[in-house]
Amino acid sequence: MSTTTKLDLASSAPAKASSAKPRRGLRGSPTFAFWLFTGPFLIGLAIFVYAPILWSLWLSFFEARFTVTPDKFVGFDNYKYMLTNDDFVGSLGTFTVFAAFIVPTTWALSLGLALLVNRMRFMRAFFRSVFFLPTAVSYVAAALIWKMSIFSGVRFGLMNTVLGWFGVENIAWLIDPNPPWYWLVIVTARLWLQSGFYMILFIAALQNIPEELYEAAAIDGAKSGWQTFWYITLPQLRATSTAVILLLLIAAYQAFDEFFNLLSKTTWGRPPLVELYYKALGESQDYGAGSAGALILTVLICAVTLLQGKIMGFGRGDESK
Amino acid sequence: MPKVRKSAPTSDTPGRVRRGGGVMSSTGLYIATGVAAFLFLVPFYIIVRNALSTDAEITGENWKIFPTDIQWGNIGELFSDETVPFAQSLWNSAVVATLHTVGVLLVCSLAGYGLARIPYKHANKVFYAVLGTLMVPTAVTFVPSFVLVSSLGWVDTYRGLIIPGLFSGFTCFLFRQYFLGFPKELEEAARMDGLGYWGAYWRVVVPNSLNFFAAMATITFINGWNAFLWPLVIGQDPSSWTVQVALSSYMTNQTVVFHLIFMATAVSILPLVFVFLFLQRWLVQGIAQTGIKG
Repeated sequence: MSTTTKLDLASSAPAKASSAKPRRGLRGSPTFAFWLFTGPFLIGLAIFVYAPILWSLWLSFFEARFTVTPDKFVGFDNYKYMLTNDDFVGSLGTFTVFAAFIVPTTWALSLGLALLVNRMRFMRAFFRSVFFLPTAVSYVAAALIWKMSIFSGVRFGLMNTVLGWFGVENIAWLIDPNPPWYWLVIVTARLWLQSGFYMILFIAALQNIPEELYEAAAIDGAKSGWQTFWYITLPQLRATSTAVILLLLIAAYQAFDEFFNLLSKTTWGRPPLVELYYKALGESQDYGAGSAGALILTVLICAVTLLQGKIMGFGRGDESK
Repeated sequence: MPKVRKSAPTSDTPGRVRRGGGVMSSTGLYIATGVAAFLFLVPFYIIVRNALSTDAEITGENWKIFPTDIQWGNIGELFSDETVPFAQSLWNSAVVATLHTVGVLLVCSLAGYGLARIPYKHANKVFYAVLGTLMVPTAVTFVPSFVLVSSLGWVDTYRGLIIPGLFSGFTCFLFRQYFLGFPKELEEAARMDGLGYWGAYWRVVVPNSLNFFAAMATITFINGWNAFLWPLVIGQDPSSWTVQVALSSYMTNQTVVFHLIFMATAVSILPLVFVFLFLQRWLVQGIAQTGIKG
C-alpha cells in the first residue's frame, strides 16, 4: 500500500466553516472517509459472499433436504457421502481432464494469435477484432450453435457434412461417450469464446517487451525465429503467462454453461458445478450434501491457487503497478 | 495503439528481427491469420444464415451456403411465439445488465478508491478480506447464495437477479489497481482547494478516469448480459427468465424449431456485437491496463 500520510496534513488545513454539517467528517477524518467509501461494498460482501459461505458451512453438518433450517445434525456424514459418491468424485475427474485440455490449448492458441496479429503491418485492427469478437458471445449461444449446427450428430451438421466430403461416416458427437468426441465439441467452443480475450493480454505484454532486447540478441548472433522466441519473447511473457494460466484454471473450475447446455440429458461429462447443481437444486434438493460438495470444491480451488502461486510467484497481489 | 516499429537496423537481415520472432514469411503470416480468422467467423455466419432460413433449409440434405430465399418473417415469428416469452426475457436482460453495470461501477469503484487512496491503518487487512474472496470463484458459492437469496424471498425478482452480483471482489481489485496508478498530484491540488475526499473523488478523479470506467462498464455489461448460472437458479418462473435462460430452454424443449432458435440466438448476440465493435478501442486499452498483466 503506497498511500501517503501527507493527505492527513492537507485535510486539516482548509476546514471551511461554510461546509454543510454532515460533510465535516469527510473533510476531517480519513478513517471515517475510508469506511464511507468501502462500507457499502464491504457490507454487501459480508452479506452476499461471506454469509452464504458460513451458512453453507453450517448446513453441511446437517441433513438438509428441502429445507434451509434443518435440525438433524449429522457431523461429517455429508462430506463422507460426497467424497465416496461416484458422481461427485467423477465430476472432479471430469474437471481434471477438462483443465488438462483447455488450459494449455487456450494458452497456446491465444499466444499464437497474439504473435500473428502483433507481427502484422496492415489490417492488424481488423484481425484483432475478428479474434476478439467471440468474447461478446455467451456460452449458452455458443453451445447452441455448436450443438444444433456445427456438431449436430446428423447429416446436416456442418462437421459431418465436411467430413462426408472425405467419405467419413456421420459421427454422433454428443450422444455417445464412446469414443468421447464430446470433449472436442466442448473444448472448441470454449477456445472460440475465450482465446480472443487472452490474446489481448498477450498483445499488451508483447508490446511492452523492449525492442533493445531483440536488437542485442541479433548482435549476439541469435537467429530470428524460434531462437529469439525461446530466449527472449517467452521469458519476457512469463508474468502474463502465469496470470493467464491462473485465470484459465479458475475459469475452468467454473465451467457450467456449456456442459449444462451441450450435455444436459446425459449422466457423463459433468463437471463439479453441474453435479452440484443437480444435487442441490435437482429433485432431491439436498442442500446439506450440496453445501458439503461446494466447500470441498472451494478448499480444492484455494489449495490449487495457493500452490500455483507458490510455484509461479503470483497472487501476492500487493505489488502496486 | 498499434505502433508500427521499424525493424532492427543492426540486423543484417532487415525486417526479419521482429518481436515475437519470425519463422514465417509475410505471405505465410497472412495466410495463417486469414485461415484462423475465417474459422473464427464461421459460427457468426451460421447464426445469421440459419436465422434467416426455413427449417427445411437448415436441416436439408443439400446444405447451401446462402439460403435460397431469405425469411425476414422469422423475426416476427420469434416475438409472437408463445412457448418462450422471448421479448420479456430480452427486457429482463436489459434491465438486469444495465442495473448490474451501474451498481457494480458505483460500489466497486468507491471501494477500490478507498482501498487505494484513503489512509487508514487497517486498510491492508480490509484489502486481504477482499482479496480472499477472489480465491472462491463466485460460481462455487451458488448453492449457499441460493439458500440465502431464497430465504430472503428474492427468487424470481430483479433484486435476486441483481443485488447478490454487485459485490465483485475482482472488479474492486481492478479499480484499486487502477487508482493506485492514478496521478496523485491532481487529487492533492483539489484537496488544497478545500475539497474533501468525496469532492476530490467525484469532481477530479472520476471525470479524469472516464476511459477506464467505460472499459469496465463494457466488460461488466457483457458479463451481466451473458450470465447464465445465477439467472438459471433464480429465474424459476418463465416471466423472470433472462435471455440466456430463454435460449437454454429452447435446447431442452421437446420440439426443436430450428429457425426460431437461431433467430433468438442472433437477436441475443446482436446488441453486444455492436457494443463491441464501437467500444473496441476502449475495451482493448482497458483490458490491457487493468493490471492483470501482473
